[in-house]
Amino acid sequence: MLLDLAAPDFPWIALSVAIPLFAALIAALSSALAPVVAMIAALLCLGAALWTAVLVTTHGAQEVAVGAWPPPLGIVLRADGLAVAMLITAGLVSIAAFAFARQAFSARTQTPETRSAYSFWPLGLCVLAGVNAAFVSNDLFNLYVALELTTIAAAALVAMSGSRAAFEAAIRYLMFALLGSLFYLLGVVLTYSTHGVLDIRLLAISAESGPSTIAAAALMSAGLMTKMALFPLHAWLPPAHSAAPAPASALLSALVVKPPFVILLRIWFEAMPELVTPTLAQAFGALGACGVLLGSILAMRQERLKLVVAYSTVAQLGYLVLVFPLAGGGGAQQPWAAGAWTGAIFLTLSHALAKGAMFLAAGAFVEARGNDRLDSLVGLAREMPISCFAFGLAAVSLMGLPPSGGFTGKYLLLTSSFASGQWWWGIVLVVGGLLSAVYLFGPLSLMFAREPALAVTPVSRARQSIALLLGLLSILLGLFSEAPYRLLQVDRPGAAAEGFT
Amino acid sequence: MNGSIPFALCGAVLVGIGLYGVMAHDHLLRRLIAFNVTGSGVFLLFGSLSALSSGGATGAVPQALIITGIVVAVASTAFVLALVVRLKEEDVDAPAPGAFEGSSEHDDHAP
Repeated sequence: MLLDLAAPDFPWIALSVAIPLFAALIAALSSALAPVVAMIAALLCLGAALWTAVLVTTHGAQEVAVGAWPPPLGIVLRADGLAVAMLITAGLVSIAAFAFARQAFSARTQTPETRSAYSFWPLGLCVLAGVNAAFVSNDLFNLYVALELTTIAAAALVAMSGSRAAFEAAIRYLMFALLGSLFYLLGVVLTYSTHGVLDIRLLAISAESGPSTIAAAALMSAGLMTKMALFPLHAWLPPAHSAAPAPASALLSALVVKPPFVILLRIWFEAMPELVTPTLAQAFGALGACGVLLGSILAMRQERLKLVVAYSTVAQLGYLVLVFPLAGGGGAQQPWAAGAWTGAIFLTLSHALAKGAMFLAAGAFVEARGNDRLDSLVGLAREMPISCFAFGLAAVSLMGLPPSGGFTGKYLLLTSSFASGQWWWGIVLVVGGLLSAVYLFGPLSLMFAREPALAVTPVSRARQSIALLLGLLSILLGLFSEAPYRLLQVDRPGAAAEGFT
Repeated sequence: MNGSIPFALCGAVLVGIGLYGVMAHDHLLRRLIAFNVTGSGVFLLFGSLSALSSGGATGAVPQALIITGIVVAVASTAFVLALVVRLKEEDVDAPAPGAFEGSSEHDDHAP
């Protein structure tokens, strides 16, 4: 058995999808076992992802044909540097969310058992399975199924609290998401009927830009942009992510919006890089910039902490698509500057960790104060120093201050923008950083205000430390950026280094 | 071979009708039905386009994908229906002022 595990063809990649799915089944059958099973599954996922990372860095990208069925009928799962980095992050965030949820949604602490306590675990595990499947799939249709699994579980998480606002937010989310799915599926249909293949790597060989290829790419992108809440298709995100209970919000904001971006990268950088014109790249960048500015401004105007954090997600997702105009920027003159692709992924990873930390800290505040209004955060730093420190660490990463992972990502994007002479994207990055400082210093200054805190229900130090650990990880990602940087270079698409030509 | 062209055209028309329905209606059930019309159009288009390009019957791969797609569509439809029913029950229990759009405090985003 142990020998089998060590064999090079052992399907580690498939395990990162199979484990959470199987655990979800158990969690749905027995709510007494659910919290333990979920935690074990998330730990196993992280372990499998770390081991895959070792294999990927030593032997290059790993592939497995599930059930030994060859494509096109079978499904090939593939782990390159990008996929493994996302798998590890998903494992870390879900471990933290499950650990924080243990007390809130455990069948033992809630008698009679509530709907939330029952449904959180299978749904959270389905989200983990869905995002993991999206990270390791290379087949456009398989990606569609993974996206749908993620979306349905995520929408159920949004509706979980059972309030009217939560139902409205979930329905609105689904309306956007289903429309996005249909656009994506239509793009997949056109791709298949034009090229006869759905595998991204096979497409990379055979793609020629005819009108139907362009239409397919446009449809798939529109669908994915809806699902990642890119401006102007962002309206569903803040109500949905703030309506869910804190550990669910952490999963939603940290993980669920990431697969669409990864697929967007795969479609444009791996499958159809020759389709990207300078105008198209600038258009992507413009949408991202609008998202950064609008998301930040709206975040400033919110009066509830969870909405501030949710609007900040809209802003942070905007940065990611700046990779399109900046990819390969100035790479010929300054090879060290050709890191926009890596920078965008660093931002993705650090946003996942920091946003998970922020929502879990917000969850601790809600438990302590009974609501998440900004004015009820006054003086909390004295009562809950751990959570406030966690929020502060996550804020440092979101603002892109050194030495956080957010800084590394922004620095790579910034150098690309100036090296390629596209200074306007550099301005967006800097202004976005300043705006995020404004909307995050608001809650922080209230927490650290001198006035005494209002009545506080105690939250255990151990649970508060979970957010602190995630916040710390988002800083450590910057301090120890060399290993993840090298991991991301494994099987990096050519367009990431050379840019679109 | 040409036999599948009318089906492809029908599929394209269904997609268009469905998308119009999604955009034009506020009623949640009508929107959901419109989603399903679009979905059917996509599946019909898929089958007939692949029959066109293979020059004969629809191959095994598109068939497998269409069936998977239909399963996904049924599951999402059932889920949205359940949510809509719950929302309606909430309305009956405690009639809230205002319609679905614009009634909650979360709607303060820019138009």
